[in-house]
Amino acid sequence: MTVSDPSQRHQRREHGLMLALVSPALLVILLLIVLPVGWLAWQSIYHDGFTLENYRRVFTEDIYWRSFALTFEISLAVTVIALLLGYPVAYLANSVPKGWSILILSLVVLPFWTSVLVRAYAWLALLQRTGVINQLLRYLDVISEPLALVHNTFGTVVATVHILLPFMVLPLYATMQKIPGDLMQAGASLGASPSLTFFRVFLPLSLPGVLAGCTMVFVLCLGFYITPELLGGGRTVMVSMLVSRNVELYNQFGAASAVAVVLLLSVFAIFFVVSRFISLDRVLGQK
Amino acid sequence: MTMKKNLGLGCALLGAIGTTTAANAAEQITFVSQGGAYQQAQTVAILDPSAKKLGITINQDSIPDAWPAIKTQVGSGKPIWDVVDTPTGYCLRGGEQGLIEKLDFSKIPNAAAMPEAYRSPYSVSYEFYSSVLAYSQKTFPKDAPNSWADFWDVKKFPGRRALRNHPIATLEAALMADGVAPDKLYPLDVDRAFKKLEEIKPNITVWWTSGAQSAQLLNDGEVDMEMAWNGRVSAVAKEGAKVTFTYNQGILQSTSLCILKGAPNLDTAVKFLNEAVDPVHQANLPLNIDYGPGNPKAFDTNVIKPERAAQLPSEPANAAKQALMSYAWWSSPSGEAAEKRWASFLQK
Repeated sequence: MTVSDPSQRHQRREHGLMLALVSPALLVILLLIVLPVGWLAWQSIYHDGFTLENYRRVFTEDIYWRSFALTFEISLAVTVIALLLGYPVAYLANSVPKGWSILILSLVVLPFWTSVLVRAYAWLALLQRTGVINQLLRYLDVISEPLALVHNTFGTVVATVHILLPFMVLPLYATMQKIPGDLMQAGASLGASPSLTFFRVFLPLSLPGVLAGCTMVFVLCLGFYITPELLGGGRTVMVSMLVSRNVELYNQFGAASAVAVVLLLSVFAIFFVVSRFISLDRVLGQK
Repeated sequence: MTMKKNLGLGCALLGAIGTTTAANAAEQITFVSQGGAYQQAQTVAILDPSAKKLGITINQDSIPDAWPAIKTQVGSGKPIWDVVDTPTGYCLRGGEQGLIEKLDFSKIPNAAAMPEAYRSPYSVSYEFYSSVLAYSQKTFPKDAPNSWADFWDVKKFPGRRALRNHPIATLEAALMADGVAPDKLYPLDVDRAFKKLEEIKPNITVWWTSGAQSAQLLNDGEVDMEMAWNGRVSAVAKEGAKVTFTYNQGILQSTSLCILKGAPNLDTAVKFLNEAVDPVHQANLPLNIDYGPGNPKAFDTNVIKPERAAQLPSEPANAAKQALMSYAWWSSPSGEAAEKRWASFLQK
């Protein structure tokens, strides 16, 4: 056997040590995430005996279908807008000198340190009827009647994009950093215009970052709660809000956890599809 | 929970050492309400005076929504709480599900003297608030909306509107807007109410979910009129916003006291229940917060000055203009069905 091989023994010892080091983290995940989620999933099929009633409701009543459809629509819109806004920012941060890029990235990350709740209220102050934007537009005579910018899906999307933008910019920037600058120069030396080099060389090479950022933003957006609750005006009912409403309405966790399980499974499905195209390590920012 | 219990026990022991009435000193209960300024006001007006008068220790706990905890505690067979102050509907539902003790009103004379609509076999009204029509005086300096029919009349009273994202009280308002008299509402004609709500739906800017949100909408001028709780509107008005409300066609709602099934200190809890709805203690509550006493006899005690009484939702003249919510209907199967129908109404 190769057990006597010193390098292999060393490697095995190292593996053992690594396992010991991660075991507290694994234990925490097991106790605080896997077990509760498993318990919730169990509740969704077991209430005084096995029942699929909760799932029957999710798949037959059209309010669930509407909420899921709306949640995916909003997530898609937020992802596309975040990509359109985030790509130029990441590109800029990647192409300016180090000091500037640090400044740009800090500006991107800065809002991270403010609570989601505060940011939602800030958007309320900007977007509502007597808010800054409507007041300004009326002052400038651009509009005569205030625009309905908030208490609807529009306001929800705006604030959600703001909150999730860093999750788009950071993976994009990380990927762009690894694209060798000489490739662009090579393109230029062969006579390609800057835009041609960008579309033929830089953009394809940055696609893993695009996919990573989009997946992060999309998946995080699927579970948004506070922002649509505060800025949706009661009409923008996303899946997470159905979860909380079901606890109140049916007085048992099962009704709510069935909704959560369906959402969780759709997230797994998304990750599965994405993993066919790109290594998951990359999506999660490992490489 | 265990830690709280130990803490409570500790407090009780301290109390036992402190007081001289040794016989009663060991008696204690755990009382639960919703916390915040509301529970503080009760402590001053009702809880401390009751504890002193009965010579018992009242341990306090608070929780925004007691219902899940009631289910869990009684379900475990060893409840920790004795008396809970919670929306009346939960007391009734709990009673039907065997989670709440049936009350023997011969031991609770103060409650027995209250009007029958103010109590149930399981509960007794503790305080009143009202879902009222509130509006901006800036938008409506005169000729203000004064009924739900006015609220529904978007031609005569143009402006942005908000309603609560919940069927309770909203369905009642819709029926009153459709011409049903406040005292003829129950059993609610749910189809008619939802039909009337469809009519106003396109004109509702916000369906609010929390009391704080309703206050902010009115305060910021985001809406011109809305349904809101009277205490929230008067708080905004006190801050200087030009807003007010009418009690006309308000929906009078209450929280009630009830006792958990198998409560650890049942006898003391019953004694406390009687003391808590004592007219004088009850009269002291509105001196500390904008809620009306659960016992109408409080208005005969001369503790509440007439000017103050006129501001309170359960003052007899104000109460006469309003609809008294039937929690029995809302906790009935048709009430629960109406609650479930709400979500699909809103998302259509």
